Amino acid sequence: MIPFITAGDPDAATTLPLMRALVAGGSDIIELGVPFSDPMADGPTIQRASERALAGGMSLRKVLGIVTEFRKEDAVTPIVLMGYANPIEAMGLERFVDSAVQAGVDGVLVVDYPPEECETFAATSKAAGLDPIFLLAPTSEDERIRDVGAAGRGYIYYVSLKGVTGSVALDFEEVSARIPKIRAAVGMPVGVGFGIRDAESARRIAAVADAVVIGSRIIEEIEQAGAAEAPARVQAFISGVREALDAERENVQ
Amino acid sequence: MQMADIPYNMPDPRGHFGPYGGIFVSETLIPALEELRTVYAECLSDPAFKAEFEYELKHYVGRPSPIYHARRMSDEFGGAQIYLKREDLNHTGAHKVNNCIGQALVARKMGKRRVIAETGAGQHGVATATVAARYGMECVVYMGSEDVKRQAANVYRMKLLGATVVPVESGSRTLKDALNEAMRDWVTNVGDTFYIIGTVAGPHPYPMMVRDFQAVIGRECLQQMPELAGRQPDYVLACVGGGSNAIGIFHPYVDFPDVRLVGVEAAGDGIESGRHAASLSAGRPGVLHGNRTYLLQDEDGQIIETHSISAGLDYPGVGPEHAWLKDSGRAEYVGITDAEALKAFHDLCRLEGIIPALESSHALAYAAKLAPTLSTDRIILVNLSGRGDKDMHTVAEKSGIQF
Repeated sequence: MIPFITAGDPDAATTLPLMRALVAGGSDIIELGVPFSDPMADGPTIQRASERALAGGMSLRKVLGIVTEFRKEDAVTPIVLMGYANPIEAMGLERFVDSAVQAGVDGVLVVDYPPEECETFAATSKAAGLDPIFLLAPTSEDERIRDVGAAGRGYIYYVSLKGVTGSVALDFEEVSARIPKIRAAVGMPVGVGFGIRDAESARRIAAVADAVVIGSRIIEEIEQAGAAEAPARVQAFISGVREALDAERENVQ
Repeated sequence: MQMADIPYNMPDPRGHFGPYGGIFVSETLIPALEELRTVYAECLSDPAFKAEFEYELKHYVGRPSPIYHARRMSDEFGGAQIYLKREDLNHTGAHKVNNCIGQALVARKMGKRRVIAETGAGQHGVATATVAARYGMECVVYMGSEDVKRQAANVYRMKLLGATVVPVESGSRTLKDALNEAMRDWVTNVGDTFYIIGTVAGPHPYPMMVRDFQAVIGRECLQQMPELAGRQPDYVLACVGGGSNAIGIFHPYVDFPDVRLVGVEAAGDGIESGRHAASLSAGRPGVLHGNRTYLLQDEDGQIIETHSISAGLDYPGVGPEHAWLKDSGRAEYVGITDAEALKAFHDLCRLEGIIPALESSHALAYAAKLAPTLSTDRIILVNLSGRGDKDMHTVAEKSGIQF
């Protein structure tokens, strides 16, 4: 299970407690969103999270600071940064890669960096031990799947629907049919995200995918709970999903 | 007139103008852009497509638009002769429609029945709604809710033309947010929807395709200037927000090294005030809206809010080809403040009986500065990209007048 939260949402001080809660709830990897002013691939929920984070002064540099703090107490849980190209380019590619590795980041997913536009970045990241994670979509064709597989490392993030994050219409049959083919073509684990909203949809996706990514639904919990209650609410939600996934795994075995 | 030795041939096959341009989008859109590239290439080599585009420009838009020698304005400023390319006389009142016709024809060839667009002031939205009505397509226009309030007349025009206008409540509630929202619609409905981008920005092939459709402006000038003035101009001036009217008039002149190309950006309250929209003059390269280009951004890479009296120039980025023309030195870019543009607006009204758009007034204001430094046998060609009817409220308000 891979949960997503936006660093700095609802405020900078709550991000670390939220990350602890995600681990306590049974997360395997944490995707930490780097807020951007113009998150084109995200739906309204994650955009709101970005706006709250930016209003509180969150920046890529501060996100790396949070990861450094997290690493002092948790050396194991992989951290993947997810965001957009411009904050990274503003910092400078090499400086970002160095700082991210130093902070203890394991992978980075830049939504608006398709493989052909980030050859240098992907190569620099790989050489430094930072996994470049790429997306595949329902619209991706065979040749594209192979190219993206060759460019990426770590895992592939399959966007389970045409649309932005937090959308509702998830086609389980389509996903079930696609994932085994994609896994075979890319030779990496495949995580599935966009549109997974509860334990039931997570369980159904987990039956075919290597990991489920949950983002907007967690942000909604944070929005409703407020800063003080957010870690406990998120942990309870994540634990529920974890139980469903574990039950599914036993079921399969 | 001398031609360049090596003809200009940007962009490269993947849409790069030097380090700028490209395809910086989420994976979901990659196949759609691939399909668009393929179909657009077919359109370019299809004589029937070209013929229909030209027919529509002639009979629906009213092209060619004339060039007018602004003698009184030239005399007033005392120096170079000022000529105006009258894009304000097009159907819908600006250059925007050239591109909308072109993209609607591509959409039709792709079998897409639904078109979407983003709009700031509403001019591109009106032009898109117009061609959607003309070709019987469903039309949805995204517009920042702040702009919806400021441009009520254009919102009503779009509705009259049968379009649905969706107010965008996210971010700064202006043009860039409308563009984000249109992109999201496109990602979600990519199967049946064509996104008509209004300027020479966005992922490849948009900057190239929009340029190609707008280049009719410059091609006409190449033919009209010798007829009217006996030769090509010394300077070509155009305002630059996203930069489509400027690219349209510049592009055919790029291979004429003696013709100086000057893009005029919105300096708002002055570059030093920080309240402006001059991406090329005051920005840094970065990635936004699918391409790499000059952007107005803070030190953390967040896009900052822009300001201009003219909504059409109020955008934090600029087309990647302009970024390249700037770096390569082929074009130069200057800034004109709100106050200077407003003065030029009034000057043209009174001296020539033409009410210009506030966007175009930026280019006119620079002509007013440049002309007196040149002798009377020099020629400045200004792209008068749109008419100013839409700006009545803004201008009246500045003069303390309420309707």
